[in-house]
Amino acid sequence: METVKEKKTETAKKAIIKISGAEAIIHCLLAEGADLIYGYPGGAIMPVYDELYKFQDRLTHILTRHEQGATHAAQGFARVTGKVGVAMATSGPGATNLVTGLADAQIDSTPMVCITGQVARHLLGSDAFQETDIIGISTPVTKWNYQITRASEIPEIMAKAFYIARSGRPGPVLVDITKNAQIDEFEFSYEKCTGVRSYNPVPKPDLKAIEAAAALINTAKKPYIVFGQGVILGEAEAQLKALVEKTGIPAAWTILGLSAMDTDHPLNVGMVGMHGNYGPNVLTNECDLLIAIGMRFDDRVTGSLDTYAKQAKVIHFEIDPAEINKNVEADVAVLGNSRETLELLLPLVNENKHEAWHNEFKKKYQEEFDVVIKNDIHPTKEGLTMGEVIEEINIASGQKAIIVSDVGQHQMIACRYAKFKQSKSNVTSGGLGTMGFALPAAIGAKMGAMDREVVAIIGDGGYQMTIQELGTIFQNKTPVKIVVLNNEHLGMVRQWQELFFDRRYASTVMTNPDFVKIAEGYHIKAKKVSQRSELKATIAEMIASKDAYFLEVSVEQEDNVFPMVPSGASVSDIRLK
Amino acid sequence: MKKQWFTISVYSENNVGLLNRISGIFLKRHINIESLNVSKSEIEGVSKFTIVVNTTEKWTRNIVGQIEKQIEVIKAYYHTDDETIYQESALFKISSDLLFDERQIQNIIKDSAAQIVTVARDFFVLAKSGRRNEIDEMHDQLKPFGIMQFVRSGRIAVTKSEMRISALLNEFYQDK
Repeated sequence: METVKEKKTETAKKAIIKISGAEAIIHCLLAEGADLIYGYPGGAIMPVYDELYKFQDRLTHILTRHEQGATHAAQGFARVTGKVGVAMATSGPGATNLVTGLADAQIDSTPMVCITGQVARHLLGSDAFQETDIIGISTPVTKWNYQITRASEIPEIMAKAFYIARSGRPGPVLVDITKNAQIDEFEFSYEKCTGVRSYNPVPKPDLKAIEAAAALINTAKKPYIVFGQGVILGEAEAQLKALVEKTGIPAAWTILGLSAMDTDHPLNVGMVGMHGNYGPNVLTNECDLLIAIGMRFDDRVTGSLDTYAKQAKVIHFEIDPAEINKNVEADVAVLGNSRETLELLLPLVNENKHEAWHNEFKKKYQEEFDVVIKNDIHPTKEGLTMGEVIEEINIASGQKAIIVSDVGQHQMIACRYAKFKQSKSNVTSGGLGTMGFALPAAIGAKMGAMDREVVAIIGDGGYQMTIQELGTIFQNKTPVKIVVLNNEHLGMVRQWQELFFDRRYASTVMTNPDFVKIAEGYHIKAKKVSQRSELKATIAEMIASKDAYFLEVSVEQEDNVFPMVPSGASVSDIRLK
Repeated sequence: MKKQWFTISVYSENNVGLLNRISGIFLKRHINIESLNVSKSEIEGVSKFTIVVNTTEKWTRNIVGQIEKQIEVIKAYYHTDDETIYQESALFKISSDLLFDERQIQNIIKDSAAQIVTVARDFFVLAKSGRRNEIDEMHDQLKPFGIMQFVRSGRIAVTKSEMRISALLNEFYQDK
């Protein structure tokens, strides 16, 4: 039990003390450990903001420049800390501006609680000023949502919201609170939620399934692990490493699984998916056992399902029963938290090396290196490549930075070439592909990990979708490093137009402003690099900076990201050029 | 995989908004709900949705998985027609003159085991429960005489196999 009521009761000599719904919301947030939240005020949420003003010594509210920025900042915070991110907005347009962030958090399983103000209960359904049915709107993009219309509901619903957001497969929860419920007073007490009877967040591991999985692993000749964000969310990084090292099984990551395992680990063979590595894609169709751990067989991972790993038996370690057999049929499904299930699996698997099989990955890597990687990170042509920028960031940051990428070519390049030694270090919009994600997400990531370097890698297109968050960085002196890889195009769409639409560049050419001046307008140190000779020193200067730093790099305008599995093709038909 | 009829049974908490959440799962997959019924169930405070769809088993399994994932859903199942006992109800409003003038109508009422719910000066109302084809058959027979109003309910169904809802809820309380 939270003791607000008790404390107050003591000081008021046992008189019954009532507090407002708005104050209760603050106490709920504090009780859940949410002392840093993001948001934007407005009419229907003003009572809560008034309380935020009174509690500013205990609860920090970061004013973003747009409600979407608040959600992405909350997501960035959640992704690097593993805690629930919190975003707050007013009713109507404030609430609808949260939708993109909610959808992003839903598809990427990010724990987030969004609180929205709503018109007073007696006005519901009257088309009142700034009234919108945010419950109806947010239903498909939330794990759970609820409209509070009475102050007395606040403690129970807030406790439930945090519990649901963080438990099992995490996700976003929206709590809509009518203005009367914020103003009305009630006797407050708080109890954390420990369960909801209709909700089973973590299925109990089935030992028979784990034994069956071990039997398949122990007899496989060409086993192959693909791990996803489930390893990070389940905090099973050590168990994954132990499994890989004991069994000698090559392991590849999905975009959201990146950083769960040291990128330089000899058994870490790279990324799967549309712009993943060559070997991990091609050999998916040559392995005899595919071990999927905490991943959901997204279409960007599998390409055509009709030709995906048909020769292999499939083991699927997964917390969400709805993912089993959704896209790929599993021969053995192991439900449960990845840490728990891998822990149980470990003693049952035999030590092995699988050297010949591993050498096939090495051979494929060499092919990819010769045709793609070499030219990406050590280019000999005049123009700068995105790959060499990422490589310089790896060097300057000692592979210790959190990399927050936006969406597009630069994202694929960042995820292909960024190196990580620590988990929860790759923050990107994987499932939804939200352009504009990175700048606000980097703010949240930095505030969640102040002792770490946070570098946002953004394209010139996505940057301009949430560029106003430079104001948030300036106001809060948030020392994030912002790198815009400017190719003067919406590069990924342009690449598709080049490859599949006969070079008809419909609306993908950008006439851009002076990004350096814009950053300087917000008093952020800013530089532009167009020559290779300046790159290394400038990136070193950026990383060494104690303050926020903006770096624009002019890169080749018509570079493409390869390898590439064309949309709808088989993973084994991945193109190197 | 071929399309067939499935009855989806959903046991849930009785909460505002859950119907929206469940119907959204069908909407997202562009699957039409053929019939929907929501009522209380055999368990105090637990609602039961009975949803009929015509689609493949793979999609039905996928939908049931997504429904069951919703926080307030206790359990969801799907069954084929063979695995359930199911009924629909229909009301026919017919001009009262016909009841006395058309001998054939009296035969239809007798043969179909329909009930006469009410007889007024201008109209009478027939109620018929049964499988959809039985109701369709009666509709076809009455149609030539003129039906003033017709309405049919959603399917309600019970399964031949056991549902473990009470046991599931008990397990929750034991775990706590």
